[in-house]
Amino acid sequence: MTPSFLEVGMEAGRRWHELTAGERPWIRIGTALCGEAAGADAVVAAVESALESQGVSAQVSRVGCLGLCFAEPLLDVLLPGGHRVFYGNVDPENVPEIVSSHVSRGTPVISLALGYLAQEDSDASLPEGIPDLDRHPMRIWEHRIALRNAGNIDPMDIYQYVANGGYDALHKTLTNLTREQTLDEVKASGLRGRGGAAFPTATKWSFLAGNPAPEKYVLCNCEEGDPGAFNDKNILESDPNTLLEGIIIAGYATGASKGYIFIRHGHDGPIERGRAAVRQAQELGLLGENIMGSDFSYDVEVALTGDSYVAGEETALMEAIEGKRAMPRFRPPFPAQVGLFGKPTNINNVKTLSYVPEIISKGGAWFAGIGHDTSTGTAILCLSGSLKYTGMVEVPLGINLKDVIYEAAGGIRDGKALKLLQTGGPLGGVLGADNVDILLDFEVLRNAGAIMGSGGIIAADETTCVVDLTRSLIAFCQYESCGKCFPCRMGMSHLLEVLERICCLEGTDEDLALMRSIGENMQAGSLCGHGQLGFNPVSSALRYFGPEFDAHILDRVCPTGICSMPRYSPALSRR
Amino acid sequence: MSGLEQRIHDAVHGQTQPTVTVLSSLLAVEDELGYIPKEALEFVAGFSNTTVNDVWAVASFYPNFRFEPPAEHLVEVCWGASCHLVGAMGVFKSVLEAAGLEAEGDTPDMRLTVRFNTCLGACAQAPVMSLDHHLAGRITPASAAKNVANLLEQKGHQEGHDA
Repeated sequence: MTPSFLEVGMEAGRRWHELTAGERPWIRIGTALCGEAAGADAVVAAVESALESQGVSAQVSRVGCLGLCFAEPLLDVLLPGGHRVFYGNVDPENVPEIVSSHVSRGTPVISLALGYLAQEDSDASLPEGIPDLDRHPMRIWEHRIALRNAGNIDPMDIYQYVANGGYDALHKTLTNLTREQTLDEVKASGLRGRGGAAFPTATKWSFLAGNPAPEKYVLCNCEEGDPGAFNDKNILESDPNTLLEGIIIAGYATGASKGYIFIRHGHDGPIERGRAAVRQAQELGLLGENIMGSDFSYDVEVALTGDSYVAGEETALMEAIEGKRAMPRFRPPFPAQVGLFGKPTNINNVKTLSYVPEIISKGGAWFAGIGHDTSTGTAILCLSGSLKYTGMVEVPLGINLKDVIYEAAGGIRDGKALKLLQTGGPLGGVLGADNVDILLDFEVLRNAGAIMGSGGIIAADETTCVVDLTRSLIAFCQYESCGKCFPCRMGMSHLLEVLERICCLEGTDEDLALMRSIGENMQAGSLCGHGQLGFNPVSSALRYFGPEFDAHILDRVCPTGICSMPRYSPALSRR
Repeated sequence: MSGLEQRIHDAVHGQTQPTVTVLSSLLAVEDELGYIPKEALEFVAGFSNTTVNDVWAVASFYPNFRFEPPAEHLVEVCWGASCHLVGAMGVFKSVLEAAGLEAEGDTPDMRLTVRFNTCLGACAQAPVMSLDHHLAGRITPASAAKNVANLLEQKGHQEGHDA
């Protein structure tokens, strides 16, 4: 017998009270991919061993990513009824002191503390001598919607999500809203797809909703092979239930019978956490037959693909779920007519679906009030490269990109200057340092030749050679071309060959024109964005850094000195 | 049934997710064995009611599949743009040197496989490498070489990869 949602909510509240204001302190450790790469496992082990050897009793949770990836491993301590105090770049050797002083005696280790986060429901006085983490440059600009729980809750525990308002939106939808009203709410929000194309989500949903077929699917794309983008995996790892709730509401609004979350094999953290969320939702009657006593039945499965960047393209994704080579299909027919296993299908990105619960809870108009013009809501940006503060921020659309780079991310580290931003993944483009004074808006960015894409922003400092960077991006595109359309398959190889020649300072006068002609053919003769957009890295680099290409070709000089080696390692030209 | 055939059988039949396909079966075998032997191509073809040719078409498409038994350890160096910009090539050279290799591949004693990865997903910690599927970030050429040496001191068997 599955419990009622009211019972689940009461149990969740009881457990949350125990965690935050019970007898024992609560220690949370960031263990998303960023935390893992920074050594979070060793910190968890050090915490467990310190608690045991000192005979201290505390609750320990592995949470997701707070966004401050540069400070990982990140550990925080919440004394019962108090405020969270964070320690950044934690060295396992410092853990015994944190445990004995802070966890056991209640005295934070000020010399090691990064900052505190005040808890709304706490009457305790704020910790002295420790900065307010909400005043950290990376958090000041933020408006967290999809990331509201990331880093705060244990992603493996659905009760912690429910205790923070989770599944209220689903409850509201199933008890108060018709399918049409749900669609209308999403339409009013102005939500646009966050996978790269920025297509209006409600319009996409209405294609599927209008199809009367009995069996229909909602696919959530978490393939995310773009170097520089990790926000999809991060949401799945930090707060899988936000995504799951969005997928269920999308299924209700479109009349679908099943949902899929699609992710690359090997990303164990996101896969394990996504699967746990599905399993727990099934156990609590939030998935399955007659959800929350309504007439809506729906289930979700986490499906895996092999390594393939093109598998993130919507029709190739369906091929991969069907167990075939991830190659794009011809359109028409469009997925809303003939999709996965021949059934009508809707495909959305992780971020897009993760906004849906809050849109339903707070209303479409609320969401539409955030952002700029027709770019409503927030952007979830992955900041990497040579920035001082690398990580993930959720900021309102319409703020200035230069504020993100120079304020939130603290500018370039080691006192160097910014040379360019590479945005929107390998098929995106570059923006020169003089052009970053620009609004974060889908149209404005596109007109500047740099798309928002999936939200990855990679900053390159002055020591970067643009030709070398372009070569590396095209090497990625060449490696990942699925091979179905020959203009892409051969065009990418040919582009790479020309770029390697230029990098070896052996380019010829005709090379730039040759690349443009290859690019035109790829754009005209490819089925999917991989070939159609595959020339973007070259064209945008030429747009902002033409003289640097000329220096390589005409003067046989690499201005940054990077392209001085006679030949690149053969390992770089693969396949 | 040989031991190998039994393990293939159990891996393919042990899949618990509702949607079972040629690709999911191959991933299950890869998880169990760390590679796709010829016997698995045949077994998956029979299991999926398709031809060995069709199974091979899928297996040969995805570069995560290998067709020879794996080396004891696997080191991957991320070569996404974020990592490239902050020194991935130096890390890669250092890893190759520590492994005694000239390019991606297996060491002759089958103790170590070195390969590029297009993106390991922890870009904020670039440059990133992975050691038997455990990520390590903010790597330098020196720390990369040390990591490889430490890994080679461990006796281990790289069995595929449990998802």
